[in-house]
Amino acid sequence: MKVGARPFEITVDGRPVPVLPGQTLGAALHAAGIRSWRTTRFGGRPRGLFCGIGVCFDCLITVNGRAEQRACLVEAAPGDEVTTS
Amino acid sequence: MPDVIVIGAGVVGAACAYYAARAGLDVTVLDRGPVAGGTTGAGEGNVLVSDKEPGPELELALLSNRLWRELAAHGGFEFEAKGGLVVAETGEVRERLVELAAAQGVEHAVVGGPELRDYEPHLADGLAGGVFYPQDAQVQPMLAAAHLIRHGRESFGRSALELRTGVTVTGFLRDGDRLSGVRTDAGDILAGAVVNAAGTWGGEIAAMAGVHLPVLPRRGFILVTEPLRRPLIRHKVYTAAYVTNVASDSAGLETSAVVEGTPAGPVLIGASRERVGFDRTPSIPVLGRLAAQATALFPVLREVRVIRTYCGFRPYCPDHLPVIGEDPRLPGLYHACGHEGAGIGLAPATGHLLAQRLGGERTDLDLKPFRPDRFPEGETA
Repeated sequence: MKVGARPFEITVDGRPVPVLPGQTLGAALHAAGIRSWRTTRFGGRPRGLFCGIGVCFDCLITVNGRAEQRACLVEAAPGDEVTTS
Repeated sequence: MPDVIVIGAGVVGAACAYYAARAGLDVTVLDRGPVAGGTTGAGEGNVLVSDKEPGPELELALLSNRLWRELAAHGGFEFEAKGGLVVAETGEVRERLVELAAAQGVEHAVVGGPELRDYEPHLADGLAGGVFYPQDAQVQPMLAAAHLIRHGRESFGRSALELRTGVTVTGFLRDGDRLSGVRTDAGDILAGAVVNAAGTWGGEIAAMAGVHLPVLPRRGFILVTEPLRRPLIRHKVYTAAYVTNVASDSAGLETSAVVEGTPAGPVLIGASRERVGFDRTPSIPVLGRLAAQATALFPVLREVRVIRTYCGFRPYCPDHLPVIGEDPRLPGLYHACGHEGAGIGLAPATGHLLAQRLGGERTDLDLKPFRPDRFPEGETA
């Protein structure tokens, strides 16, 4: 947590989720108990963080209308609107 | 004691084992690594008739194309009979493609420039047309190899097809002037026949048996994109330069755009060819050229991220034909290797024909063009 920075909120499918400054979207979702935010195309199986370092592309998420972002790399910003699929 | 030992658990070894077991032989497959750990695991899964010059390899490809469809009916691996589209940048190149298609005599449709987008809506502007080959297909090669072995065990009995991975062949056993088995780091195994299906390492296995077989590596890189939600690319699409590169004898770097989607979502982008031994060092210039060629063909790919790359080593012989059949220089030794970039596509026919030879039957195709002793002693690719 950055010194002096205050916690803020983002929304996930319209619901508020708290974020500590510096957290990635993936970290914030994980801390809020959200473990999966998309499903595989054929099996419909849940997907969330897997490698956590930007390599596997499993944690793709839509942020402020931009699809296919890696939740583990994108730093959360106040007011971010995250939609799961 | 098995009737047959197959060295190599790539797709060719798996197909040899499957068809030999189906013919009633007891088969043991050995591999120093895992199933599909060599060139099979580094392929795109091409099952192509479109890129073959008329002749014995095309005949092999056509037989194999039919057999892949039979095998795919058992399920267990992705098989996409999606067809291949070869595109030409200029009218002159298009004429050459049309001539080749006519000489091949395989099912095809000539496509005019304006009609290209009926096949591939995202192709670049200004292309001169091409040829569509409906028989071209794609398999997931690792799953296909593994399922051939599993399906063989389930269909013909577990004793008919045994798989032993992590076992390295270190030498051969002889009985007089005949091979009688293999030495391995897990002990000796006796067998009536040994099949060298070691792919790019087939030359080393042959040398261990004391026979000359010039199989050498031709490196290729593949770019893998992030998975796409909606398929952008429907067929296997490649430029005419690919056909000439496949048959080329150049040692230097050659690249041509080969682009296709996969059922899992990522787009695979090839193809490069280099003779640099077994060097696995990623080459940024090669990867850059592949990306540039692919985006020139499909501008929409500029917005798509590449998430990884890999390379593999095609097993090539000086005449670009595979080696299939018994070795007249050493009774008991058979070869099924050296398929260059076509091993996935040609595997079922190779296994089927080799099983016919092992059983002493007449083969459906003449194996003479593929005979192991056709290379002059000392010739290296």
